Amino acid sequence: MSDRVIDRKELLKRAKKGHRTKKQKAGDVIVFVLLALGAVTMVFPLIYMVATSFMTKNQILSGKLTILPDPILIGKYSEVLSKGSFINGILNTMKVEIPVLFFGGFTSSLAAFAFAKMRFRGKDTFFMALLATIMIPFAVVMIPQYVLFTKMGWTNSLLPLIVPGCFGNVSIIFFLRQNLYSIPTELMEAAKLDGCSYFGVYWRIFLPLMKGALGTQLILWFMGIWNDYLAPVIFLRNEDKWTLQVVIKSFNSYYAIQSDYALIMAASVISIIPTLILFFCFQKVIVQSVAISGIK
Amino acid sequence: MEIKKSGSKGMSAMAKREERWAWLFILPPFIGFCLFMAYPIVFAVTASFSRWTGLNSLLGNMAGFRNYHDILTDPKFWKAMANTIIYMIGIPIGMILSILISMGINRLKSLGRIFTTLYYIPVVSSLVAVSILWAWVFNYDYGLLNSIIKALTGLHGPNWLGDEAMVKVAMIIFMTWKGLGGTIILYLAGLQNIPKDYYEAAKIDGATGLQLFRYITLPLISPITFYVLITSMIGGWQVFVEVQVMTGNGGTNYSAATIVFYLYQKAFAQNQLGYGCAVAVILAIIIFIITAINFSNQDKWVKTMD
Repeated sequence: MSDRVIDRKELLKRAKKGHRTKKQKAGDVIVFVLLALGAVTMVFPLIYMVATSFMTKNQILSGKLTILPDPILIGKYSEVLSKGSFINGILNTMKVEIPVLFFGGFTSSLAAFAFAKMRFRGKDTFFMALLATIMIPFAVVMIPQYVLFTKMGWTNSLLPLIVPGCFGNVSIIFFLRQNLYSIPTELMEAAKLDGCSYFGVYWRIFLPLMKGALGTQLILWFMGIWNDYLAPVIFLRNEDKWTLQVVIKSFNSYYAIQSDYALIMAASVISIIPTLILFFCFQKVIVQSVAISGIK
Repeated sequence: MEIKKSGSKGMSAMAKREERWAWLFILPPFIGFCLFMAYPIVFAVTASFSRWTGLNSLLGNMAGFRNYHDILTDPKFWKAMANTIIYMIGIPIGMILSILISMGINRLKSLGRIFTTLYYIPVVSSLVAVSILWAWVFNYDYGLLNSIIKALTGLHGPNWLGDEAMVKVAMIIFMTWKGLGGTIILYLAGLQNIPKDYYEAAKIDGATGLQLFRYITLPLISPITFYVLITSMIGGWQVFVEVQVMTGNGGTNYSAATIVFYLYQKAFAQNQLGYGCAVAVILAIIIFIITAINFSNQDKWVKTMD
């Protein structure tokens, strides 16, 4: 019996590694080369963006194909960072990020807990109503929202971007609910018997258990808010309140006329860095959770 | 109130308590749903029948279907509609590329992970920033693309963003580049879910590589294809940012404008808020119908593993 098991394992190993024919190996090399070419094509524009940000105007406007900046000019980065509107844009974006992620993360996970682990009438109806909103394009509700925020006098502040998020995010509720299904409900019954309140069960048992999933969702949400442009451009009437993406867009309109592409590219590079760093650090979990949402 | 009482008569005190807490826990998203979704939808539908500018009275300027009539007879709307549909040519292109690339990555196993990262970078990058970047890449005089074309052929490349036909090609290239990584990740997960013995069994039966792809891979990743199709079509109808950043005014003779771009201009540049709401309602109806069609055709080609 055990002999057979070993035998099978051996076979499997051979099938996996040793049995790769020359033809297959040659195929691997071809695939690798093709993928590498594709990857270079994908990343090249971004490299070009970084390169341009270090170039002099003369080099940029030479019309010749040059990638390496010569001479290397770093002044554009300090120029961008010394512009008040740019730093202000980053600050405004952060002022939206922090409350939304904090309160929105809390309300979303609490609702997800209720939907996954508690019994109440109207559960499915509420959930389907929420879920249906994912399909409704923002473009459909943006005019009424704009009017609503104008009437409330919010368009001179960041509130139109902060308040809706604090009520929770439907995709996150959906994702966390799926995640909670894999955690046994007996935990809940046990805690209730110990006299734990419903909020206590969420706070002390289920929140710690969904920490990882919630964290990943919050990273993705952070990126979404960071990169959001349509809502800020519609709702923010006051230039002082512009978020980073709106500032960059205005840089583009303003400095393209002066052909200051190095400055525009430097600003764009800085705006991409935070999401890129987050992506590189949390790649594995981000990729996993995106893939899961597709399979479910 | 009355109904609630009679409904909860049969429930134990404990179950009642649980229910009350649960309602409290889902209250924030529910309020958010009412304020920022349900109410705006009702509002948009109502306003779509009014010649409302935001300054005049909404209910005092009700005009029946006049907004809808004006929209459907506006050549600009149809142009925006046509452009939006043309851009969707990028969806099947992106799907085919993604399937090929993810199969390659899957074949290389752990080595392929580097590629996943590289292909995914555009997805996490800010749409505004990369639109600005690509406007620069497509620049007629000094852009990267035309510099390459000139270096290779000695000829001057096309006016990517200025020419009425080329701007569409440019936008499709851009959108494919931006979205490819996301689709690759989904297909990769789908491919890794296919049990290896399916292939082994088929190989023993003498199936060729192409047959393996046609009769095993393709059907078993069809749920992913369905998901990608649905989400990218819903997204495809809402293209806006790249058009505004790369062309500013919607391109030469409105050649790059999309429906949302049209809506945005009407509502926020020309203050025709009622008219804009009517465009929004039309957009919502289109998306709803297309999604419904996709779902009803699902059985014909989407296979499930179990």
